[in-house]
Amino acid sequence: MKPSRVPMIVTWAVILFFYLPIVILVANSFNSSRFGGSWESTSLKWYIRLMQEDDIWHALQNTLFIALSATLVSMVLGTSAAFALHRFAGSRLQKLHYSIIYTPLVLPEILMGLSMLLFFVALKVQLGLVTIAIAHVTFCLSYVAMTVLARLQDFDFAIVEAAQDLGAGWWTTVWRVLLPMLAPGILAGGLLAFTLSIDDFVISFFVAGPGSTTLPIKIYSMIKYGAPPLINALSTILLVITFTCVIVSQYLTQQEPKAAK
Amino acid sequence: MSEFLEFQDVSKHYGDVKAVDHVSLTVKQGEFFSLLGPSGCGKTTLLRILAGFEQPDTGRVLLGGEDVTDLPPYERKVNTIFQSYALFPHLSVWDNIAFGLKVAKRPKKEIKEEVAKMLTLIQMEDQAWKKPDQISGGQKQRVAIARALVNKPRVLLLDEPLAALDLKLRQRMLIELDLIHDEVGITFLYVTHDQGEAMSLSDRIAVMKLGKIEQLGTPEEIYEAPRSSFVAAFIGDTNFFDGTVAEPLEKDSVLNGFLAAAVDKDYSRLKIEDFPDLECFNDKQIKEGERVFLSIRPEKMRISRERPATTPHLNIIAGTVEDVIYLGSQTKYWVRTGDYRISIIRQHSRFLLDEKPIRWHEEVWISWHADDGFMLEKYSAQDENLIQLPPEEVGENPPSLNGADLAGSATAQ
Ligand SMILES: Nc1ncnc2c1ncn2[C@@H]1O[C@H](COP(=O)(O)OP(=O)(O)O)[C@@H](O)[C@H]1O
Ligand SMILES: [Mg+2]
Repeated sequence: MKPSRVPMIVTWAVILFFYLPIVILVANSFNSSRFGGSWESTSLKWYIRLMQEDDIWHALQNTLFIALSATLVSMVLGTSAAFALHRFAGSRLQKLHYSIIYTPLVLPEILMGLSMLLFFVALKVQLGLVTIAIAHVTFCLSYVAMTVLARLQDFDFAIVEAAQDLGAGWWTTVWRVLLPMLAPGILAGGLLAFTLSIDDFVISFFVAGPGSTTLPIKIYSMIKYGAPPLINALSTILLVITFTCVIVSQYLTQQEPKAAK
Repeated sequence: MSEFLEFQDVSKHYGDVKAVDHVSLTVKQGEFFSLLGPSGCGKTTLLRILAGFEQPDTGRVLLGGEDVTDLPPYERKVNTIFQSYALFPHLSVWDNIAFGLKVAKRPKKEIKEEVAKMLTLIQMEDQAWKKPDQISGGQKQRVAIARALVNKPRVLLLDEPLAALDLKLRQRMLIELDLIHDEVGITFLYVTHDQGEAMSLSDRIAVMKLGKIEQLGTPEEIYEAPRSSFVAAFIGDTNFFDGTVAEPLEKDSVLNGFLAAAVDKDYSRLKIEDFPDLECFNDKQIKEGERVFLSIRPEKMRISRERPATTPHLNIIAGTVEDVIYLGSQTKYWVRTGDYRISIIRQHSRFLLDEKPIRWHEEVWISWHADDGFMLEKYSAQDENLIQLPPEEVGENPPSLNGADLAGSATAQ
């Protein structure tokens, strides 16, 4: 019997449906025409224009500041959480802890954004970069914790005992053995968190204050004032950053934790 | 300084399981001491208590006269070879070996020298910069040994270090371990469930059962004079006869009528159901009417076509050969007498090879001296489950534990 062609056709249809708009967007960012409909000539005109927009530079700075600080904080907190979850797996407290860590992954963003806003307002915290960063930590931390936890599942803890056996105290063991061995996992989680923070719109939108415009918010407002070619260029840059982070993160996760078997 | 390492009344339980049950034990300096027993008898737990990974419920652990019971693992001058080796995967062979010295903040020059010495000892000078996943199982094993020895521990703990290796490699590492022990002169505490390993390496062995020490002695003592039927069955092969102790032998059968009325308490008659009476050495003075197991090692029995001449204390019984297993340097015979299948091992020699070999279904005579048998208390059904048959016995060949009532359960395991 001839294999059916249907699965192949469906696969291609899905791929087209998902990626064609992105391809068009990227292509258009190199189109010197102001209107997407017709192709004038290939140029970097919009990218150069983008460089000259002070607002965008400012938004980029904000975004990077938020993403970096949220990532660093959530790498520390997420790794600690993963350790607690792994070490005391089975205790009732940790089951609750797991739910708390897991929830941000499935909670509607709009709900998280809104509740965070109400929380900051109730505490009379000045909205701005710091509040956005804090809000980002709440979900970034979950991604780091989950990635590290996955690494811990097949970690041979005899290695920790071996370190102690050889005279290493608690700190030395963490520093010389645990962290180096888990670094790929922590880094992968961190990169994932970084991408999520960079392109987060909904939550940032709720807790942003004056002067703390991030790139996604900037793009949104640019659409309102109508500057499509600039947005195309900006989106392409964001896309490249995000893809790079995701690919590196994937690579790090796929590396087997090299337990000495 | 002879009582170097000492466990005093050490116990440890997990829930209802008594992993280690009031164990007292002393190990001499420089000794190769083995803890031998079936899986789950508490060997690892005892080792981990000494390494400091487990706290005992009761008892103390003394090392060189110093109480180390409450010290954390990193403050004890002992090092462990883990069964999984537990090498640091992110460090090279060199860095693995140097780990202990670096942590102890020893001078760089000294570290270099000591690591180099170790690399020479394990013959891996040219592999120093490889990562653990780039070397073979046997090499990992050697790195694990070097990583521990470089710290000059007072005791080296080894937990089934050869279990993960294939047979050939195991035999080579066995020799290597022995050489290393001779060379460094450190006390070795070796855990294994493999009696062959323990017998060939150890100065002394503690046979463990259900968290307790069943017997402690040199390999020879344990093999030649097992104190219980569990030990007799666990260490090597043996034949068991299930019988009742009868009256002591009359001395005149020994001394030919000098003291006709006297009895010889050293030898007793053993009554066995549907079987000829056997004569047994009874040094433990087991009383008449007690039910015991008589244990006789297969190589202590002789097999022959002709009936051997009757001499004092020689047991002679007739049987039929049921199986002949050629094992290269020796041959194993299975002989049926009544309900019993008896295993006999005979060494080959030029002389024996020349004679016509004994074959299946032949009628033969089995004989052994009463001194070569041991009357031991019967072991429980629980013991039977603990005794693991050596691999060559499992499968088509029936186990060496004889006796009609035993054979079934022993095969079943
Ligand atoms: N961490 C633990 N938790 C619960 N039970 C354990 C633990 N460690 C060992 N045991 C139990 O204690 C007994 C002895 O174990 P172990 O010392 O590992 O035996 P061996 O090394 O002789 O095979 C076993 O019954 C085992 O199931
Ligand atoms: Mg064990």
